[in-house]
Amino acid sequence: MNVIELKNVSYKYSAGTPFEHTAVDNVSLEIKKGEFCGIIGHTGSGKSTLIQHFNGLIKPTSGEVLVEGKNIWSKEVNIKDIRFKVGLVFQYSEHQLFEETVYKDIAYGPKNMGLDKDEIDKRVRQAAEDMGIREELLERSPFDLSGGQKRRVALAGVMAMKPEILILDEPAAGLDPVGREKVLTKIKEYHEKYGTTILLVSHSMEDIVKYSKTVLVMNKGKVFCHDDTDNVFSRQEEILGIGLDVPQITKIVIKLRELGIDLGNDIYTIDRAKERILNYLR
Amino acid sequence: MEGIINTENLIFEYSIYDENGDETGKNRVLENITLDIKEGGFVAVLGHNGSGKSTLAKHFNGILLPTEGKVLIDGIDSTDESRIYDIRQTVGMVFQNPDNQIVATIVEEDVAFALENLGVEPKEIRRRVDEALKIVDMYHYREHAPHQLSGGQKQRIAIAGIIAMRPRCIVMDEPTAMLDPKGRKEIMATIKALNKEHGITVILITHYMEEAAQADRVIVIDKGKILLDDVPKKIFSEVELLKSVGLDVPQATELMYDLRKSGVDAPSDIIDVDECAEFLFRLLSDKEQK
Repeated sequence: MNVIELKNVSYKYSAGTPFEHTAVDNVSLEIKKGEFCGIIGHTGSGKSTLIQHFNGLIKPTSGEVLVEGKNIWSKEVNIKDIRFKVGLVFQYSEHQLFEETVYKDIAYGPKNMGLDKDEIDKRVRQAAEDMGIREELLERSPFDLSGGQKRRVALAGVMAMKPEILILDEPAAGLDPVGREKVLTKIKEYHEKYGTTILLVSHSMEDIVKYSKTVLVMNKGKVFCHDDTDNVFSRQEEILGIGLDVPQITKIVIKLRELGIDLGNDIYTIDRAKERILNYLR
Repeated sequence: MEGIINTENLIFEYSIYDENGDETGKNRVLENITLDIKEGGFVAVLGHNGSGKSTLAKHFNGILLPTEGKVLIDGIDSTDESRIYDIRQTVGMVFQNPDNQIVATIVEEDVAFALENLGVEPKEIRRRVDEALKIVDMYHYREHAPHQLSGGQKQRIAIAGIIAMRPRCIVMDEPTAMLDPKGRKEIMATIKALNKEHGITVILITHYMEEAAQADRVIVIDKGKILLDDVPKKIFSEVELLKSVGLDVPQATELMYDLRKSGVDAPSDIIDVDECAEFLFRLLSDKEQK
């Protein structure tokens, strides 16, 4: 089942003025329920504009956005319900923390959903646990926490609303290697536990290949490809051609191919590279 | 004692206060750091969040002053208030977020900002601004508005603003952390040009191992202390030690490490793509011949 579907969606900034700019150009795509999809594309490719369509933050200039089969801009749909159903976490989400305590910050979303106190309490504690935030931190000020902890508190605040679909814009940007891995591992565990559809926007190809099952590549406002991670990264040369990066390990394999030894075009993790090399030596 | 920056037994701590404003303890961030940064070098400083690396960087141009010990910038003690302008002019600083460092609405005005404040002659300002913009390859954008530029371009404008002051050393605190891969490449190319072509000492604080691998010297900070201080090849050969302090190694190095664990005779000093591919080529073509 498709949880999100876009039909011929275009979005123009400053439409009808001399500054008109088409950020999303006639895009049709389908996201399946329970998919863990990485979204990549260089700056200006339209990926940020695209993801803001998924929860109705912006309205397409033309085309239709369907969430769970319903056009979110039709009269019978309340757009506020869509925002609860599709959680969107922006880059540097910790900048949006504002409450006195971690607990209150995580509770802010559920409170606005009109839930009762017991349910809010249950959700806050569960979301904190899911994001690896220890109980004793709940009464602390979010501003006393480390960068990685703050980021996880901000994520927990969205998870406490139990969205069906979670869109994460660069959730690991600016963190150190341990912080990155912790945030992304928690997101992955969350996905496995609840089956929530996850859309992960990242510039880090290493992270995308490690965590996403499918990848959607944006280029010049269009979907360049949307396929299983293996199939997408087997098109390494094309990906490099549209100004994107591939993991360093893939660059090593490409270089080796230029030298005359081909280990295959599906290598983008160290483990797989090692396995191929050892097989070759056998 | 001829380094452009020297620290001697540098200790930095701050006080922790309770709700009533009474001091309840001290948090020591830097512990006995003694360093000698030579003029003309390209030094990377690595460490996980909270290791003290940014605190250390802020001592290099007197933003923070040592609790104990000394910091000398071109021989000037950083606690000498009367010389703070000389210190800031010798060592410039670039921060993580380009948006927080840009003040003007036109690129060239932004680059001229510090010079105007220093009372430099208008003609000289024009000359230096043009020169700085050319060095960072942003001269064509001199009349653009900064908000229309990409993150990498904005960060290069911030760097140009520092270069215009003609510092002998630039400290960059994670200048690429908020940029996309393209912007990151642009900044690394700029850093190398500053260092190799213009002889400016660069101290780069970073989380990216691939960036640190391009420096001449890498200093690893952990828990406020210097854990390692050596050339990149030696630093990254310490795979286990680096991982134990929450750091990583370039994928090329990690592949060699994994191969060694599987019994392949792979070198420990490979840190970039080309060397790695060439080693693998030799390894695998030897096998074909046998």
